[in-house]
Amino acid sequence: MNADAVCTHRISIITGHYGTGKTEFSVNLALQLAAEGHQVMMADLDIVNPYFRSRERKAQLQNAGIRLISSSQACSDADVPALPAELLTILQNRDLIGVLDIGGDPVGARVLARFRDKITAEDYQLIYVLNANRPEVRTPERAIQYLRAIELTTGLTCTGIVNNTHLCGETTPEEIRKGAALADQVSRETGIPVLCHVAETRFAEALSDLPEPVFPITIQMKKPWE
Amino acid sequence: MAKELWKGNEAIAEAAIRAGCDCFFGYPITPQSEVPEYLSLHMPQHGKVFVQAESEVAAINMVYGAAASGMRAMTSSSSPGISLKQEGISYLTASELPCVIVNCMRGGPGLGTIQPGQSDYYQATRGGGNGDYRTICLAPCNIQEAVDLMQEAFDIADTYRNPVMVLMDGLTGQMMEPIEWREIPKRELPAKDWATTGKHGRDHTNFINSLYMVPEECDAHNAHLLEKCALMAEKEVRCEAVKCDDAEIVITAYGTPARIALTALDVLRAEGVKAGLFRPITLWPFPEKELHTLAGQDSVKAVLDVEMSAGGQMIDDIRLAVLGQKPVSYYGRAGGVIPTVEEIVEAAKKALKEAE
Repeated sequence: MNADAVCTHRISIITGHYGTGKTEFSVNLALQLAAEGHQVMMADLDIVNPYFRSRERKAQLQNAGIRLISSSQACSDADVPALPAELLTILQNRDLIGVLDIGGDPVGARVLARFRDKITAEDYQLIYVLNANRPEVRTPERAIQYLRAIELTTGLTCTGIVNNTHLCGETTPEEIRKGAALADQVSRETGIPVLCHVAETRFAEALSDLPEPVFPITIQMKKPWE
Repeated sequence: MAKELWKGNEAIAEAAIRAGCDCFFGYPITPQSEVPEYLSLHMPQHGKVFVQAESEVAAINMVYGAAASGMRAMTSSSSPGISLKQEGISYLTASELPCVIVNCMRGGPGLGTIQPGQSDYYQATRGGGNGDYRTICLAPCNIQEAVDLMQEAFDIADTYRNPVMVLMDGLTGQMMEPIEWREIPKRELPAKDWATTGKHGRDHTNFINSLYMVPEECDAHNAHLLEKCALMAEKEVRCEAVKCDDAEIVITAYGTPARIALTALDVLRAEGVKAGLFRPITLWPFPEKELHTLAGQDSVKAVLDVEMSAGGQMIDDIRLAVLGQKPVSYYGRAGGVIPTVEEIVEAAKKALKEAE
């Protein structure tokens, strides 16, 4: 599955419970969009996490021609949840494809609220990333609670679910299938479609029978010993 | 049981609940804020107490109060916040109150950085407050080990009536890893008949106190604390040796650098360098005998200590254990910079070359 088949809108906003793998998905999505010839701008708006943020991949993204802006660029470890003014570039420049990597939970999604009017004026999608191995969102009830809380905080409507179920280095196709079942249940109860299942490239073929397409990724957010 | 994906800090918090923690008192600071955040939601759901104190100093003294009344009490913080708690930790140890203190270390000194560090080793293992005392210091290097050690931490604290510190670096707190919840064998614990829970017909009143007006009594109290330290040093040492049987170079590390060193071992061995890892799991009591024996092994030519600290702190204990049998050198990064696999590989080769 190509990235532009996932990003059928000009701006994709990636949300979800923290630890579901939003940043890994966002970075892969941006890199793939650039590889497909799009002019991509990515915003790391994670004001919640102090580590493992997409800004750590800045050089790599820039080499791929992607402009990355982050929430406190001048001093990325200042622990200050300041927002970059350049975010408006993504919202206003309609020649750009935008990927917005948002911090976890309704708390992290709060950064979007002040831009609500500008976002809703654009062609956007709000993607809810699910990981069935995260204990707080492993049941449909809890997953939907988080989804609704993020919608309430941002004032935006979720338009697609992405199954990003993994167990870091211990992921198997079975784990991803478990997530597919959860995503399906959430989709049935909310009427929000499942856009894709995220899988490392080596698992993509084994999952080709899933009803929705597989978006293949390469792990970018590595730990120092990996 | 199926594996789940947990963030280190959340997992520590959940493990504390599962270990029977009754009360948590804390104050937010990066990179450990997910511990109080998680407990603020989940402790009340279990009928347990969560208080966000007005400061770290208040939090540790609330721990003192709760522990004195027999509760399983806990606090957590990160380096500068742990500095603020030192007076309380000295009082807790002096008053023989069990509790668990989690330090999710960041780079220092002072406010330092919010990125991970390991420069609180001296503070954690020497007794950061005033007086002659030690706290057991458990140093997990992955999230599974961290959750397994939390149950132990509470049990060890109750066994010896002594605070236990769980010391991890910010990376362990912030990263995500798959874990499974395992049953950790619970220890047989002494009754808390010393706690201030009301007289209940007893013939004496329980006092929790660290003040002695008669010097000889304070001297005797110190001797008693020292005896407990000797017992803890005898019974609670934990360490791990990886690929040390034929090792020419032994890397010593705890926490995140130990994880990185494990990858460095593979790289070194692929290049024909016989490298091993010695990892203390208890930093106090330090696995002195175990390292002394390993350093005396014929194959070992040099020891390389790796820490996230400017000049190294654990290296003092390494040298005391090695006792000059083999050369000890150091590689480290500070201020939130994490040593890379390549840097450790190079440092190991250099140490070996210098020894030859």
